[in-house]
Amino acid sequence: MIEVHKLVKRFGMKTVLRGLDFEVGEGEFVALIGPNGAGKTTFLRILASLSRPTLGEVRIAGHRLPDQAAAVRRSLGVVSHQPLLYGDLTAEENLRFYGRMYAVAGLERRIDAVLETVGLASRRRDLVRTFSRGMQQRLAIGRAILHDPAVLLFDEPHTGLDQDACDMLDGLLRRVSGQGRTVVMTSHDLARVEDLASRFDVLARGVIAASTARSALKRSNLLDFYRRALAETA
Amino acid sequence: MKPQPLAPARPPADKRPRPAAFAYLKAIGAILWKDLAAEYRSRELLSAMLVFALLVILVFNFALELDFSTRRTVTAGVLWVTFAFAGTLGLNRSMAVEKDRSCLDGLLLAPVDRSAIYFGKAVSNLAFMLIVEAIVLPVYSVLYGTSLFSPGLIGVILLGSVGYVAVGTLLAAMAVQARTRDVLLPILLFPVVLPVLVSAVKASSGFLQGLALSDILPWINLLVVYDVIFIAVAFMVFDFVVEE
Repeated sequence: MIEVHKLVKRFGMKTVLRGLDFEVGEGEFVALIGPNGAGKTTFLRILASLSRPTLGEVRIAGHRLPDQAAAVRRSLGVVSHQPLLYGDLTAEENLRFYGRMYAVAGLERRIDAVLETVGLASRRRDLVRTFSRGMQQRLAIGRAILHDPAVLLFDEPHTGLDQDACDMLDGLLRRVSGQGRTVVMTSHDLARVEDLASRFDVLARGVIAASTARSALKRSNLLDFYRRALAETA
Repeated sequence: MKPQPLAPARPPADKRPRPAAFAYLKAIGAILWKDLAAEYRSRELLSAMLVFALLVILVFNFALELDFSTRRTVTAGVLWVTFAFAGTLGLNRSMAVEKDRSCLDGLLLAPVDRSAIYFGKAVSNLAFMLIVEAIVLPVYSVLYGTSLFSPGLIGVILLGSVGYVAVGTLLAAMAVQARTRDVLLPILLFPVVLPVLVSAVKASSGFLQGLALSDILPWINLLVVYDVIFIAVAFMVFDFVVEE
């Protein structure tokens, strides 16, 4: 579903990604973990077609970036630490706006279903600026799944959330990542992603330093795996 | 949060045949609707533009203390200075709203040609500018004792506003990436938009002084040409301007 080969991203003289290779199969949930500044957000922004690769090849759902960016964007739902929502619109108005941008068919029914899914049906007519951070993040997930994308990209979605809101978000992430969707989530919080993902890739120094399936890890061993991977690339 | 079952997956939107032009126009309409709805709630942008515009014409009114004949000659200049300054405020605010909460990324993630985002923002900026102009014109008429309601003048104001917004929306999208965007936009915008402003002032002045249409027509033609050029350039480069 996602194929990345020899990806390089430079900002001026600074090279953030250095020939990164990455593949994700259909229905996989991959947690991309790494220290701050490792290039996780840069990588995800390239996958989301928000940033152009300097070199290398990126294919998502059979479409190549950046040439077929519109087709790629149609198969993507993106949630970042910013909810990408308008505070002066209500929850349903935000979804209606994004639904029109994605030309979602049967939009009103879809909005109802998505608001039910993210547990905000009762707040549908409230302005988003009155929502807590956790509610905004749930609505952001609703925005991301509104057009029923095959691939979901989450960039540190837990940032700024308290424990309860994080737990609630995790439940929602598990549900929306089902139904055969492919998910890539960046995080530097290992405890948070340990129970969510089916595979863990460590991004360090601009490359995938190590990768392991959850089934290959013993419980609570992710931290050791992560530290080993970082030590090997140091 | 009560656990709710996920809605059954629908066939992806890309599997449903839809004319590209329909999706393009729908995206433009969606951005216009979103901007108008958000402004209806907050009234941040229009109120700032309006207060500023009214203050400018008030300041000019007291500062110049013009007699009737002189007023006719300076009216076009005062009007366009007012529109340009108020327009800059609106352009800045309109893009800042998108940038501050990273909503610009939300727009850029939509599977439409990015020029649709440009046109959506430009049309809503134009709508705000026309609303301000529709309020400023009668106030100006009363304060300066000059009737401004001639179809020719209104046509020029429309053409001038289109050109101003066409280039202003593009440059606002560029300036919004910078921390000094409030200062940067006028510095970028005014030199580029000068041909539009000069043509608009000359054409407006011609109508206000009752010149023959043949004398005004070259300026109107110039306005039209600049509008077309600015729209075409923005259409071609907007994608590169908004991308990292």
